[in-house]
Amino acid sequence: MKRLIMGNEAIALGAVEAGVEVVTAYPGTPSSEIVGTLAKMAPEYGFYVEWSTNEKVALEVAAGASYAGARSLVAMKQVGLNVASDALMSLAYIGVKGGLVLVVADDPGPHSSQTEQDTRVFGKFAKIPVFNPTTPQEAKEMVIAAFTLSEAEGMPVLVRPTTRVCHGCASVTIDEEKLKKNGVKKEYRFERDPKWIIFPRLSYERHQWLVAQEKKLAHDFSASPFNEVISLAWGHQDSACRRGHLEKLGLITSGVAHCYAMEALERLIPAEEASREGTALRNYAVLKIGTTHPLPADLILDFAADVDRILVVEEQDPYLEEAVRNLLQLAGRSNKVLGKETGDLPYAGEYSPDLLFKTIYRLSTSGAAWELSALSGQKRVTETAASLGKAETAEIPVRPPVFCAGCPHRASFYLFKEAAKGRDAVFTGDIGCYTLGNAPPLSALDTCLCMGAGVTIALGLAKVEPNRPHVGFVGDSTFFHSCLTGLVNAVYNQTKITLVVLDNSTTAMTGHQPHPGLGISATGAEAPAIDIATVCTALGVKYVRQVSPFDFEDFKKTALEAMEFPGPAVVVAKAPCVAVSKSRRKYYIDQGFCRNCGLCLGKIGCPAIARSKRGTEQGGTAKPSIGHTCRGCGLCTLVCPCGAIKEVETG
Amino acid sequence: MRTLQSRFDILLAGVGGQGVVLASRVLAAAALKAGLATKTSETMGMAQREGSVTSHVRIGTQVYSPLISQGQANLLVSLEPAEAVRNLAFLHHSGWLLVNTEAVIPVTVSAGLSKYNDDKIKAYLAAYVGKDTKEERLLLIDGSKLAREAGSEKTLNSVMLGAVCGIGLLPMTQGVVLETLLHMVPPRTAEMNKKAFNLGYEEINLRLADRGGQCINTN
Repeated sequence: MKRLIMGNEAIALGAVEAGVEVVTAYPGTPSSEIVGTLAKMAPEYGFYVEWSTNEKVALEVAAGASYAGARSLVAMKQVGLNVASDALMSLAYIGVKGGLVLVVADDPGPHSSQTEQDTRVFGKFAKIPVFNPTTPQEAKEMVIAAFTLSEAEGMPVLVRPTTRVCHGCASVTIDEEKLKKNGVKKEYRFERDPKWIIFPRLSYERHQWLVAQEKKLAHDFSASPFNEVISLAWGHQDSACRRGHLEKLGLITSGVAHCYAMEALERLIPAEEASREGTALRNYAVLKIGTTHPLPADLILDFAADVDRILVVEEQDPYLEEAVRNLLQLAGRSNKVLGKETGDLPYAGEYSPDLLFKTIYRLSTSGAAWELSALSGQKRVTETAASLGKAETAEIPVRPPVFCAGCPHRASFYLFKEAAKGRDAVFTGDIGCYTLGNAPPLSALDTCLCMGAGVTIALGLAKVEPNRPHVGFVGDSTFFHSCLTGLVNAVYNQTKITLVVLDNSTTAMTGHQPHPGLGISATGAEAPAIDIATVCTALGVKYVRQVSPFDFEDFKKTALEAMEFPGPAVVVAKAPCVAVSKSRRKYYIDQGFCRNCGLCLGKIGCPAIARSKRGTEQGGTAKPSIGHTCRGCGLCTLVCPCGAIKEVETG
Repeated sequence: MRTLQSRFDILLAGVGGQGVVLASRVLAAAALKAGLATKTSETMGMAQREGSVTSHVRIGTQVYSPLISQGQANLLVSLEPAEAVRNLAFLHHSGWLLVNTEAVIPVTVSAGLSKYNDDKIKAYLAAYVGKDTKEERLLLIDGSKLAREAGSEKTLNSVMLGAVCGIGLLPMTQGVVLETLLHMVPPRTAEMNKKAFNLGYEEINLRLADRGGQCINTN
C-alpha cells in the first residue's frame, strides 16, 4: 500500500516494520515527528516509547534494551548527538545485541539549529556504519536495513536524514503485514558477560575489531542496493564519448543533494542537446552513495575508471570529497576531484536544484551562451524591478519568526526588562521558543549558546562581574534536559544568579511534546509530574517563587526580589503555551482614545497589533488596531499611556 | 480538469500559522488519490512562529527534487501579498499567481525596522505577471474576507484551496481536493471548511467565467 507521508513518518514506519521494541528520543527539529509518530502507534502495536530527559539518556536507555536483545531506535537532531556522544563513542566499542538504530537528523541551512554540523563525520569518528537517505521511501528502507545490519554485526548503526527528507512528503510503500507482526511480543533477557564492561584492555581489543569491521563493511557496501550508478549517456553522445571525443563528467552524490543533481541534469541535458554546440557537449554518470561510512571503496574506484573529472555533490562538510580524493590518490588514479575544496560548491548553507544546475552547467561548457530558461526566474525579478524604474518597488518587509500573540514569554521578558531597568543586567538565553526573546523590539537576550548554557554562562559571568545582575532564561523541558547540573553548580559554588524557568507546560518549539514536569507520558498516559519549584528547593536554592507572568505586578515584584537576593534565585514563570491552551479574552484599541503614539507597536512586538487597513475599517486613520490572533493576554494595556486598549466584552 | 502535463509544480507561501503546511498536504494527498506521484517540502520548526513559510508541492510522473527550481512553478499561491513577492523567482514565465490580498503586517514593520507598502506590492505583482502576456495570470482575491464569511479566519487555507481548484489548472478534480481537505481537518470544522472552499472556488470560477473562460483553456 502507498501512502503520502512525511520522511519522519516513513522512518517511524520502517522501525515498526523492522519489529522495534523500544523507542527513545528527545525532540529536536527536524527529527521530532519520528517519535511523535511512534508514540501514537505504540499503544496499538505494543512497543515501548518514551520522550527521554535528554539525548544522552535516550541513547543509554536504548542501549540497555539492546543489551537484552530488543531492537531499539533512538532519534535526535544533530546537536543532540553532541549531548549523547559520550555514550556513543563507548557503545561503538562495546557493541550491541538487539539491533540499535540511531537516527540523527541534520539541518543544512540551517533552518532551525545552532550549527550545520555533519553527522556523517560523527559516524566516522565513532567508526560505526552510516546510512544517508535521499528520499522518504529510501529512509524507511534504510531503517529496516540498519536494524538487520546492526544485529548481524553487533554494532549501533546511524541513519542520517536531513531536513528536506524529514520534512518532505512523498508516497511511500507500506507493508501492512510486517506492521502487524510487530504486535507479536518476544521475551528478552540480559546475559552476564565481561564483554559488557568497558576496560582499557577490552577497549584495545575492541578498537582492533572496529577497524576490521570498517574494512569488512567497506567491501560489503560496494554491493549495497543503497549505492547506485546511474548512467546518463544517450544516443550519439554516448558513442562519441566512448570514442574519446567527449569528456564524461562523473558526479558522486549523497543525501537529498543527489535529488537536486538529478533534477539539474534532467534539465541540463535537453538544453545541451538543443544547443547544437557539439563540442561543448558532455556525458554524465552519477554514483549515488547511500552508505557514507564505511565508504564502498571498490565501487568508487570502478566508477572513477569510467569517468574523467568527478564532481562531489554533498551538503555540509566535504566528507565524501576528501574521502574520494584520498581513495583515488591511494589507488594511483588521476581523476580530478571537484567540490567544496576546489571552490566549485559552497561549504555552508543548503543546496538547491538551481545551485546544482548552475554548477554543472558551468563545469560542462566552455562559455556556451544559450539562453537558460531555467534560470529566468531570478532574472525576471531583476528585470521587472528595472522596468518599474525604482529599486524600492519590490521592497518587502523582513519577516523573522516572533513570539505568538499572547505568548507568556513576551510578558516574562518585558516585565523582567522593566524590573531590571537601570541595573545593566545581562540576560543569558537558551534553546527553545524563548530564543526569540532576542528579536527587536524586546531585544531581551544577550547570549545563546546551547541547551543548559542559559544557566551556566550566567554563572561564569557572575564570577567575574559580581556587581552586575545576571539573569538566565531557560524553558521547562530545557530545565530537565540540561539545567539541573548547572543549578547544582550555582548552589555549590555559591554564585548569585537569577534563573527564570519559562514554564509553558510543553516542549513548544519542536511541536508540543510532553516532558517530565507535565504528568503525562509520550503516549499520553498518566505519569508522575516532577515539580520544577520543588526540585529547585531540594537542590538548595533559597529563593524559589512560582508566579504567572500575566500577574503583571506580582511578577515584576518577584523579578526585583530575585535579582536582589544574595544567592542563586529561581523564578518559575508559569503560564501555558498559547498553542496548547484556549482563551476567549480579546482586546481592542478604542480608536477614539488612541493618540497614535505607537508605543503598543514599538515596545512589546506583538504580531496581533499593527497599523493596517483593518484599523481604517474600524474608523481610525492608520492607527494601530488589534487583529483576530489576539489572545487577550493584556500586556499591551501596560504600555498604552492613553488607556485606549480595552477588553472586548464577551457575552 | 486538464490533461496531465508531465509535471505540475505549486509553490505555496504565507506566514507561519496561516495553514500553508496543511494546504500543501491536501494538494499532495489529493494528487496521490488521483493516482499521481508527488513530493512536498515544508517549513517547520522555528520559522512557524509568524515567520515567512513556503511549501513546495510537486506533482508528476517522475519528480527527483523535493524543491522546485526557480522559474519552474506552474502556480504560486500566496496567502499574503508580500510573501508572493518574496517567492516570485520561483514562478514560471507562463505560470499563474493567486494571492490573498489581506496583508499580515510583521512586527518588524510595527517596530519601524522594515517597511510594508501594500499598494506598491500589488502594483509590482501586476507588473511582474502581466509583463509580456495579454492574458492576466494574476488573481488577487480577498480570501481573508471569504474566510470570515465562512466562519473563521482560520479557514483561509481552505478558501485558497477552493480558489486554486477554481482556476482549473490542477491535474486533479476539485471533488478530490475537497474530499481530501475534509478528511484532513478536525471533523467539527468540516462544514466551515467546506463552505470556505466553495466560497474560494466560486469567487475564482465566476471571475474566470466572466472573462469567457479564456484562461481555463489556454496554457
